[in-house]
Amino acid sequence: MTTLTDRPAPDASGRGAAFQSPRGGETDTVLEPTLFERSHSGRRAVRFPPLSPAAEAAAATQPPIPAAARRSAPPRLPEMSELDLVRHFNRLARLNHAIDIGFYPLGSCTMKYNPKVNEWAARLPGLAGSHPLDPGAMSQGSLELQWLLSALLAEIGGFAAVSLQPAAGAHGELTGMLMTRAYHRSRGEGEQRRVVLVPDSAHGTNPATASMVGFATRTVLSNARGGIDLDALREALGPDTAALMITNPSTLGIFEDQIDEVLEAVHAAGAIAYMDGANLNAIMGRFRAGEAGFDVMHFNLHKTFSTPHGGGGPGAGPVGVSERLAPFLPAPLPRLVAGDPATVLANAWSGRSTPGARFALEEPGSRPSAIGQVRTFGGNFGMHLRAYAYIRANGGAGLREVTDDAVLAANYLRVRLQDAYELPFDRVCKHEVVFSARRQKRDYGVSALDVAKAILDEGIHPPTIYFPLIVEEALMIEPTETESRETLDHFVDVMEAIAARAQEDPQALRQAPRTTPVGRLDEATAARQPDLAWAFSSADGPDADRTTGEASR
Amino acid sequence: MTYSPHTDADRAAMLAVIGVDSVDDLFADIPPSVRASRFDLPPPLTEQEVRAEMMRLAGRNRIPEVSFLGAGAYRRLIPAVVDEVVARAEFATAYTPYQPEVSQGTLQSIYEFQSLICELTAMEVASASHYDGATATAEGALMACRLTGRDRVAVSRAVHPQVRRVLATYCSGPGIQVVEVDADLGEDGTGLTDADAVSRLVDDSVACLIVQQPNMFGNLEPVADLADATHAAGALFVTLVDPVSLAVLEAPGRYGSDIVTAEGQPLGIPLAFGGPYLGIMAARMDAVRQLPGRLVGATRDSAGRRGYVLTLQAREQHIRREKAASNICTNQALCALAATAYLAALGPEGLREAAERSVGQARHLVAALGRAGMATPRFSAPYFSEVAVRVPDGARRHAALVQEGIVAGLVLETEYPELADTLLLSATELTTDVEIERLVHALAGEASAG
Repeated sequence: MTTLTDRPAPDASGRGAAFQSPRGGETDTVLEPTLFERSHSGRRAVRFPPLSPAAEAAAATQPPIPAAARRSAPPRLPEMSELDLVRHFNRLARLNHAIDIGFYPLGSCTMKYNPKVNEWAARLPGLAGSHPLDPGAMSQGSLELQWLLSALLAEIGGFAAVSLQPAAGAHGELTGMLMTRAYHRSRGEGEQRRVVLVPDSAHGTNPATASMVGFATRTVLSNARGGIDLDALREALGPDTAALMITNPSTLGIFEDQIDEVLEAVHAAGAIAYMDGANLNAIMGRFRAGEAGFDVMHFNLHKTFSTPHGGGGPGAGPVGVSERLAPFLPAPLPRLVAGDPATVLANAWSGRSTPGARFALEEPGSRPSAIGQVRTFGGNFGMHLRAYAYIRANGGAGLREVTDDAVLAANYLRVRLQDAYELPFDRVCKHEVVFSARRQKRDYGVSALDVAKAILDEGIHPPTIYFPLIVEEALMIEPTETESRETLDHFVDVMEAIAARAQEDPQALRQAPRTTPVGRLDEATAARQPDLAWAFSSADGPDADRTTGEASR
Repeated sequence: MTYSPHTDADRAAMLAVIGVDSVDDLFADIPPSVRASRFDLPPPLTEQEVRAEMMRLAGRNRIPEVSFLGAGAYRRLIPAVVDEVVARAEFATAYTPYQPEVSQGTLQSIYEFQSLICELTAMEVASASHYDGATATAEGALMACRLTGRDRVAVSRAVHPQVRRVLATYCSGPGIQVVEVDADLGEDGTGLTDADAVSRLVDDSVACLIVQQPNMFGNLEPVADLADATHAAGALFVTLVDPVSLAVLEAPGRYGSDIVTAEGQPLGIPLAFGGPYLGIMAARMDAVRQLPGRLVGATRDSAGRRGYVLTLQAREQHIRREKAASNICTNQALCALAATAYLAALGPEGLREAAERSVGQARHLVAALGRAGMATPRFSAPYFSEVAVRVPDGARRHAALVQEGIVAGLVLETEYPELADTLLLSATELTTDVEIERLVHALAGEASAG
């Protein structure tokens, strides 16, 4: 029997209590033991009723599970009381930074506030309990919600049609590229158009997605103003071009002001124009990609439309398309099969159901040009309903205000921080602004990473660093519209203080963070000697006692 | 209603600092020719109006009083403690743990998830999550192609039709050919993957064979034999499993699976009309460099304490770009947390009880239907907790029962034309004796009415 002591570990940094856990002959200092260390043989949180005698007797008349198919050794899952479990996860929770805790200006991620009413809605039994294969007559609410959200997203993006199936932004990209290929094939150019052009400022998902669809990627360079180099683009475009994938505003936070020329060149070459909609928060009500001429765009509901990021998902990445790509959308789409669309929309906007209206999913195979299915069932419905609630709460005027305030906040930081940090592209930005710690690196040996770690010590999540790749020592800041002026001003103070510290005491910054639950982690060893799953000791047989003492803090 | 904190005075002060007169000036870089000409959206709603609208839509659904519908999404107990954990804002409103010093909660929970999946499947490495079971399976097939250098994949027709459709879509990308292996669905059929078809179709051009255990019909495949046949052709054995069944059924790592995938929805995740769910993928350590998706590893911090980081990122899109193992970025982290809390809450005994009770109620259901002369099992193979039964005039009766708030499983004929008059019924630990009685009674009523 092993025991965790409740004695706080010696902690030079004063970060507080930790546990001593004996593991593999050594004693580990841990902030919170794993579930496996907390396990205590025989303890449990959940029980299920036994079969009734009648059920038991009836079941016994049927053939049992063959012995050969049965598991040879039970899984060594943790054995815990409900209280053990609650404390374990609540203690882990306290080790996280989150939007509900503090400022999160993580560029490209749109870490805005996630309204609580959306969480309430997601837990309504009528929505949470809806089975995806329930007969259509039982799922009219779910189908109507998806149909309405599709209509709202189509209007926001200026597109002819929308599919909600993709489960994340990169999944939406995959869907878009599959449709691109299906489109070229339908025109007999499938073999010929094998190249996707991607700007050097693109998210890594863009080239990775192109590869998954069997396209080759060619990089197009940016010009000195942070936009696409038109000459380079025109030179790269040709009869082998399948598509241009472009993020607009770009990952530099800059609106592509030659977008007309870019689209014209892409379409003249017979290619598809794909817009990565990761930065939609910057342009709602001001620019509609479909109306401007883009053929396809994915929406990130977990960015623009406030669904929580969940520590890395779930998200949702619906795609909007122009008329010419609409036939290729993944199947099945939710359809209004009885009722007048304009009437149904008008009624829904005033909180009414439309008598006689009926919604249904397309029958399998009814749209032969569809690229197929990219996910089981209709996508991340739990995200759809949150996004729907968010869009309805804001309305058109509210979404415009979201964009205006997001851009206002980013420009405010751009102006206020440009003395402290180098601003590689000194022009009006959209929802985010990219600074560089190049000066700090060159003069004092303080890198963007050091700046980021120093920000952690102030209770703020750092900006995205080292991205986009074309900016040296990049610090990519996206404040979002939900942060108050006081928060922004405090952030400016923090960033200025760090810049001053870089000059006065660079060594201190290289040792940051000091106040976080753990210090800098040894990522090199993690990669060289991967420890990716708990290694049970030989004593941890199915019946071994892996007792841990409940420790008080 | 918006969630903006700014007053007009705040905005004016910020504009003054920027040195512009109006916020419109910040959008002057959008060329007039491409500016939005319309933005025709409904007016804003207050919280009480948002609630009313969501209640309206929820009310338009009818949650069945009695349901035997599974087929890839299962109504199971979600312990209250699981929802409590995933509702914690520190988990729900955090981003991907790129800054490990302030993300140890998320990172450790993912490490625990990976550990639990490895233990449940008897595999060596598990990814941090995928979108759902189908995309995990499709990515598993692509991984098998990379590992073997082959460009065809074989999939049993007894694998869920929607999973096969997603597989076909993913494989169409890089031009990988999908070969369907027939299942024995004849009148006296086993309801299993056809072993002869496997030996005929799985040859040295095939990267992997994909089977589902229990399969689409709830039947138990002879997985060890299928693994041997697959390995004899030098191909990899990919199994799509039900995680709850693994409390009772042999772990795939012990019968020769090279890649294991699963739909994790039964592990504490609501039905929610199809998502968000949880894609699970596990493999052998020697294949880790080709494993798609995020991985968390244990390491130490500057003071020597145990800590966790995202690791082996050289496989991933943000580092490798076009050479990455997958384009996956955002995954289903919060659903993985739900599964972690669920497995810890149930423990080995609880999970076994849930699985055994499901198995028992499925048999109770079959016995009760048989006794009433309503239905008989359609296939001869042993089943787990879901079972295909022959019900004369099944599709019509299924539709008629919907009026009474009863969902008599899935009409299989829609996806399998040869399976007329066959319903796929699922039992879980939530299935009660009363529900079984109501189904039998309703079917009998329909029989006398029809």
